[in-house]
Amino acid sequence: MSYLALTDADLEAMLETIGVSTVEELFADLPAGVRLGRELDLAPAMSEQELNAYFETLAAENLHVGAELSFLGAGMYDHYVPAIVDAVLQRGEFLTAYTPYQPELSQGVLQAIFEYQTAICELTGMDVSNASGYDGTTVAADACFIAKHATGRSKVVVTEATNPQVRQVVKTYAPGFGLEVVEVPHRDGATDPDELREAATDAACVIFQHPNFFGVLEAAPDLAAAANDAEALPVAHVDPLSLGVLQAPGNYGCAIAIGEGQAAGNYLSYGGPHYGFLAARSEFIRRMPGRIVGETTDAEGNRGYVLTLQTREQHIRREKATSNITTNQTLLALAGLVYLSWLGPEGLHEVGETCMALAEHAKERLGLPLAFPERPTFKEFAVRVGRPAHEVVQSARECGIQPGYVLGRDYPGLDDVLLVALTEKRTPEEIDRLAEVLAA
Amino acid sequence: MKLIYEKSQPGRRAGRPPRPAGLAAAEVPPELARSDPPRLPELAEPDLMRHFTELSTRNFGIDTGFYPLGSCTMKHNPRINERLAALPGFRDLHPHQEEDGAQGALRLCWELQEVLAEITGLDAVSLQPAAGSQGELTGLLLMRAHFAERGEGEQRRKVVIPDTAHGTNPASVTMAGYELTPVKTDPRGNIDVEDLRGKVDEHTAGLMLTNPSTLGLFDENIEEIAAIFHRVGALMYYDGANLNAVCGISRPGDMGFDIVHINLHKTFSQPHGGGGPGGGPIAVGKRLEPFLPVPAIVRDGKRFRLDYDRPQTIGKVRGFLGPFGVFVRSYAFIKAYGPRLREMSAVAVLNANYLLARLRDAYELPYDRLCMHEFVLSARTLKREHGVTATDVAKRLMDYGFHPPTVYFPLVVPEALMIEPTETEAKETLDEFADAMIAIAREAAEDPELAKSAPHGRAVGRLDEVKAVKRVVVRYLFDEHPDLSAEPAAAGVVEAPKGV
Repeated sequence: MSYLALTDADLEAMLETIGVSTVEELFADLPAGVRLGRELDLAPAMSEQELNAYFETLAAENLHVGAELSFLGAGMYDHYVPAIVDAVLQRGEFLTAYTPYQPELSQGVLQAIFEYQTAICELTGMDVSNASGYDGTTVAADACFIAKHATGRSKVVVTEATNPQVRQVVKTYAPGFGLEVVEVPHRDGATDPDELREAATDAACVIFQHPNFFGVLEAAPDLAAAANDAEALPVAHVDPLSLGVLQAPGNYGCAIAIGEGQAAGNYLSYGGPHYGFLAARSEFIRRMPGRIVGETTDAEGNRGYVLTLQTREQHIRREKATSNITTNQTLLALAGLVYLSWLGPEGLHEVGETCMALAEHAKERLGLPLAFPERPTFKEFAVRVGRPAHEVVQSARECGIQPGYVLGRDYPGLDDVLLVALTEKRTPEEIDRLAEVLAA
Repeated sequence: MKLIYEKSQPGRRAGRPPRPAGLAAAEVPPELARSDPPRLPELAEPDLMRHFTELSTRNFGIDTGFYPLGSCTMKHNPRINERLAALPGFRDLHPHQEEDGAQGALRLCWELQEVLAEITGLDAVSLQPAAGSQGELTGLLLMRAHFAERGEGEQRRKVVIPDTAHGTNPASVTMAGYELTPVKTDPRGNIDVEDLRGKVDEHTAGLMLTNPSTLGLFDENIEEIAAIFHRVGALMYYDGANLNAVCGISRPGDMGFDIVHINLHKTFSQPHGGGGPGGGPIAVGKRLEPFLPVPAIVRDGKRFRLDYDRPQTIGKVRGFLGPFGVFVRSYAFIKAYGPRLREMSAVAVLNANYLLARLRDAYELPYDRLCMHEFVLSARTLKREHGVTATDVAKRLMDYGFHPPTVYFPLVVPEALMIEPTETEAKETLDEFADAMIAIAREAAEDPELAKSAPHGRAVGRLDEVKAVKRVVVRYLFDEHPDLSAEPAAAGVVEAPKGV
């Protein structure tokens, strides 16, 4: 198949206008030594119909959340994505646009991002949001950059109960930023504020996840206070779908709020593309990485939107930029805006409440000992299964149930612990099935 | 047009999540409970759909029309790729699914790695980076790991970058903790080799180069340049932003590059979604493979698995395996061409040279050579003689129904217009665009106000970017939202890169 429009007659006319006789001549500047001189060793071109068949075969080899009854979470969640999200995202004017460099032709995307920034600020209680980051891991590295430059300090503290992938990405970025990373262990599934306060001495920031990786509600206001006591910036990594029921980080003293946006309006898609969000108090706006959309007017006084504060950015400031980001995740952030608008404040509260109620119901119904029995949780909880959790996963999957995440993958000593996630897509009947399989 | 928040009415709603009957309510500890609800929009679904549809009509995509935004490779986005990415086996697959339940996805990733290795002429690929710029950072972190292992980490601090480079290159250098060494461009548009020689020594970690460059020119001395770096033990990094020019014709690995990033949203047609998603896989030579991000996707006979046992890895740069949905689309795009990717690049180069031939007399051409997939003109003469700038030309093109080219970039060309037609445009479209550009140059002499007051009839006129910087309003403030139209315009014009 071909996506080219060129005909033989076009080719002839174009070569004549250019003043060459073959296309080959256009490559005259390439030294002989760097030319491939053979055909690429790739399978022959496929027609659209063949593509369709081939990719359907590959897709059929995957057990997706509709093929197995899934209680997997651990950072990515099977929440419902409404049809309106698909409809908006397939509008070619959004889907096939580049970054909105020319505002007069990009008001649709620019206004949508402005509305998205507003939604993120409302969710998090922050003053400013960027236009999105790559995902919930890289925005943590972005927060470290802001904190380093705002405080002049070169240590960052991350709680061990923060998503392991977030911690890994922070550690990967740290050497380039000249940062040292210190982890604070969890105590029975939650972070001890006193321990955190001690670790936060001379730190640029303290990153904690709430609800944390175990689903546990941290004493978030106390953790933020502990960081503030040490004059380290408190950074909360939050689940957007928790923010209808849980307090906004801006209301308990956080300087920066970050998170993975997938749960709000994005499909699982085997890990991406999704969007990360990054919001902060207004004093940090000029240190923020990424695109930011601002309001302005044209000469007639008409309201309009533009990419703004671009002197932070690589295409102007080059080596002195706050980040190298150019591509972000606009389309996925747009999905987030459509989703949050579809839910509205009532709906967001209801989803959070339902997930939490289902999780409480599941704890009771499963009847297994909780790994952290004293801790309140949100939509996910850790249970002890009495034998290696990966064996339990294997036997449950033979019954068509994906029962959860094996915490021992990341936390030595928790090999018999399974992390079970409940979204509003699960039902009490499905929880019954899980209980039966785990009891067997 | 109103903001969605201005259309909101208390009590109105669209979505209603189900609530199982008889489920007891759960209590949030009071000290952690939300005090004030977020002021999210409250609209019924019909008005939501109209809002986003109206927004879309105020936006321009490749589906709307010709989009020759230089260095962004705005080509047709085949819709089959959207259908394939939405197959439930891909779209609804949990990234923590066990390997035996994700064999199709892992095979797809592995096959994409293989084809990218063949296209780039290198040995090993990581799909993980989320975008080209993150690929750059990843590549530089690989350099750091490589030199640290050789005990040269402290010694090699400098990365050489030509003055034509994308801004991401120097920004990535800083993020990776390296220092920038700039190198000049010679009168033919190649790297100035004499300038280069004096700047490369045992303190150099490597070079970052886009080839063809942002001038749309293939560096004729690439073999000599590679030798200069390799002689002192430094590495060569290829910024793949312009790979669309050379697929199947010349491979970065064969040019002497050790690390390459590929922009899947450029060369391989992932729709860019108004600013993302993208994909920035990197390909490397054998000696850098041990440092690649984890997990690696490997094949054991007929099975595919994730390998975390890479003791020398730099770690992770993003969650999971990378933007998987992007891999589906780009791999489908590549399979639609197969070895005919060569033809794709050849036509991209043909289209660019045709446009260049049609426009070379109407505008200034600072580097008079055959171009590759794009070329750079200058509106300097129009500015000097008629006061019509590159921005004015760009805005006037909107009146003719075209998206403007990249402007004010690369920085080495004053009043730059960087034009990349891509391979998917028909000759008629190229002719209509050339006619418009020629007409604009003529108008500039006859009636310069036409361009200076452009665009006409768009959703908004030229926006006051300086005001947006001075009076920062970056979210809706509800009852306290300011009326910026009542505030004076800011003085000054922003002539900064728009594009790339």
